[in-house]
Amino acid sequence: MSDASPRGLELLTFRVAEQEYSLDIMSVREIRGWTRTTPMPHAPDYMRGVINLRGTVLPVMDLARRLNLPSQETNDRNVIIVVKMNGTLTGLLVDAVSDIVAMSEEDLQPPPDIASDPQMSVVRALTVIDDRMIRVLDLGAVVPRTTDEVA
Amino acid sequence: MTDHNDPMAEIKASFFIECEELLESLQDGLQEMDEGSEDPETINVVFRAVHSIKGGAGAFGLEELVRFAHRYETVLDEVRAHRLDADSEAHKLFFAAADHLSDLVRASRDDLPMPVAESDRLLTSLEALLGDLPDEEVRPEDFEPLGVTLSLDLPDLSDMEAADGTGETDHDAPAEAAGDGWIIRFKPEAELFDTGNEPQMLIRNLCALGEATVTCDLSDLPSLDRLAPETPYLCWTISLSTTSDEGELREVFEFVDGLCELSIRRAGAAPLEAAGQARTLEIAPPPATPAAVPAPEAAPPQSAPALTDAAPPPVEDGADTPARKSKETGAKSVVRVDLERIERLVNLVGELVINQAMLSQSLGEAGLSPHSDAMNGLEEFQRLTRDIQDSVMMIRAQPVKSLFQRMSRIVRESSAAVRKDVRLVTEGESTEVDKTVIERLADPLTHMIRNSVDHGLESPDSRRAAGKPPQGTVRLTAAHRSGRVVIEVSDDGGGIDRKKVHQVAISKGLVPPDLPLSDNEIDNLLFLPGFSTASQVSSLSGRGVGMDVVKTSIQSLGGRISIQSERGRGTTFSISLPLTLAVLDGMVVNVAGETLVLPLNVVVETLSLGPDDVQMLRPGAHVVRVRGGFVPLYDLGVMLGYRPARDTHQGAIVLLISLDDGNRAALVIDAIQDQRQVVIKGLDDSFYRAPGIAAATILGDGQIALILDPADIIAAEGPLRGAELALTQGV
Repeated sequence: MSDASPRGLELLTFRVAEQEYSLDIMSVREIRGWTRTTPMPHAPDYMRGVINLRGTVLPVMDLARRLNLPSQETNDRNVIIVVKMNGTLTGLLVDAVSDIVAMSEEDLQPPPDIASDPQMSVVRALTVIDDRMIRVLDLGAVVPRTTDEVA
Repeated sequence: MTDHNDPMAEIKASFFIECEELLESLQDGLQEMDEGSEDPETINVVFRAVHSIKGGAGAFGLEELVRFAHRYETVLDEVRAHRLDADSEAHKLFFAAADHLSDLVRASRDDLPMPVAESDRLLTSLEALLGDLPDEEVRPEDFEPLGVTLSLDLPDLSDMEAADGTGETDHDAPAEAAGDGWIIRFKPEAELFDTGNEPQMLIRNLCALGEATVTCDLSDLPSLDRLAPETPYLCWTISLSTTSDEGELREVFEFVDGLCELSIRRAGAAPLEAAGQARTLEIAPPPATPAAVPAPEAAPPQSAPALTDAAPPPVEDGADTPARKSKETGAKSVVRVDLERIERLVNLVGELVINQAMLSQSLGEAGLSPHSDAMNGLEEFQRLTRDIQDSVMMIRAQPVKSLFQRMSRIVRESSAAVRKDVRLVTEGESTEVDKTVIERLADPLTHMIRNSVDHGLESPDSRRAAGKPPQGTVRLTAAHRSGRVVIEVSDDGGGIDRKKVHQVAISKGLVPPDLPLSDNEIDNLLFLPGFSTASQVSSLSGRGVGMDVVKTSIQSLGGRISIQSERGRGTTFSISLPLTLAVLDGMVVNVAGETLVLPLNVVVETLSLGPDDVQMLRPGAHVVRVRGGFVPLYDLGVMLGYRPARDTHQGAIVLLISLDDGNRAALVIDAIQDQRQVVIKGLDDSFYRAPGIAAATILGDGQIALILDPADIIAAEGPLRGAELALTQGV
């Protein structure tokens, strides 16, 4: 994913709480429609619960909550982006998927250094598509590593 | 091992597998000896195990392993020959040496640096046992691994024809060598070939010692139609003129010791009984043409049919020696299967069970009569599924013996470290448990055993003062009990000093000082994180790993641990584990709109609450009256954070569950859906592990339901509340 070759990269863009975000498409495994999650007791509030992904148990994270954005009411248009991080699969609940765009690394700008903004730590870079600012998420920072966050 | 096409690497790998088996029988044998077995076969087994390891190691040039095994074996041989009377101290040393041998095997296998210093230390103590016994054996240093070149070239068939049994060259008694000659008579037995040894090698090695004339006695050889291909008929007489002494000659045959008739005597000492009219065959003395030594008839069966016209068929060369030796140990036919294939099968069966659940759900919803063909068929299908599943699980099951043997090593090492005399008694070694469980049990069990040795047992002096035998006993038992495996570690030590435990817990701020605790609860304080009673931190414990870690790892296996202790009599830790990690008989219940699964075996009873059944102990703490007793009441919906506490539980359904410590608890749920088998889907470590959530499963409708561990969920409520209630219960 830190592939700095001139081929550039492709980003999957999606909306979360009226904001536009994107992820490197290489880390995306699949996109699924919304299904009811089974809540996990005592999990952090941004964990929506678990779903059945073809026989395995997939934890699903509410990306809006994770990014401290106002959580939206879930509806049938919501989708779950299944990403692979450090060998494990996680589902990210987003409002809707918008597009796949190709660009090169030069089109990405580092985010402004606003240390006090906790949300910025999960944003790897910024880019502009059709005059709209798109945040490129740092998946490693979004998906918690292991059991650190157990209550 | 880099090149997987390398046949040597494969042979070597099977040598190491075989070593594991040999080490196991070595342990068994030593254990029997230590228990006072007088059976001469026991020491033979022990000796042969070490010996076979040495033999294989020699073939692969594993020098350090050979060096240690050889000298170890030399000492064992003295015991075998009744020249050395091994006492319990010696047995301890033998055990230590066996442990070290297994270390060496592992180090050789994984190409790790050899613990040479430890070898030397042990060897010195081992050889000190010999003291100044008349040393008839060769000096251990003299041993050099026989460079068994594992060539695959078969002896030339044209030479074989000479051994046709027609007797080309008639001889009278074998030529007697003059001077300091030796007459060696060597008659292999079938077992020699079964274990992959090769007379040609032995004779060649013998011939290398000096000038030799080898004659082969063919007198026993039947005609071809009566020839049994696996029966050896040949006997060799070698007259050797050499400067070597008898010990060196015997050393040539040491790998086939007990597998052949062997007599070695001075030339001209006594007449050779088997001489007579033997039809013999003279062989040119090696090393000129070693391949000319005729191969014996006892060819492995697979080569026999193809060579019927060239009887006796040539024996295969010793290339597969190590692999074949393992057949000594048992006649049970076993298949080694890649674990991955079994995993795949287990997963498929898991899918099958889910599928079956979906099918029964949809058939049930279709409103079919329970006596219809479809429903009958479904019932049959369920039974078959269960049978298949049981069989598949049985494939994964392994006896706990290997685990217990590792523990006996832990006992030896830890008792030596704290200078206590400890005997380990094991029971139920053949109890079978899922392989994964066995693997993941090793660490917690190690810790518990260490604990028993270090904290459980008193020092020999205080044992004597208490009127106990100075030798402490640690028992390790395994048994199947109502669908679970129960493993117990018990010691006959002083028991838990509850006063001290309580004080420590208070001083560490784990419990408030004024709270009265029951004995049971005090015992369970040991499992709290940050608890350690050792007043002195010994080298053994006090590694910062406490019983809480043990408890966590047992729980992650779906197991539970409990303590029983009696002051002055000892302490018993019981681990109760599920037989398998793959399926569970569960009760499917509804709580606050969520579907949950509880292990069926903990549910004792189900109740429906009436208006007067629930009493308040204090705000937030209720008990339910069950046949005169009071049982603490827990609302699952509240504990799992699904809903706020309710004012009344009237009309609710309650599951009465039994806890391992003998107490009971009542869980409030909304409704019972079903009892069925569910497939356990593990929540891996990257998950948010909530207390009380053991795993998850997939229901017939594709939804995920969480599997609860009721004991854990109640423990998570905190010991204090439990304490209060336990007091009420005692009323």
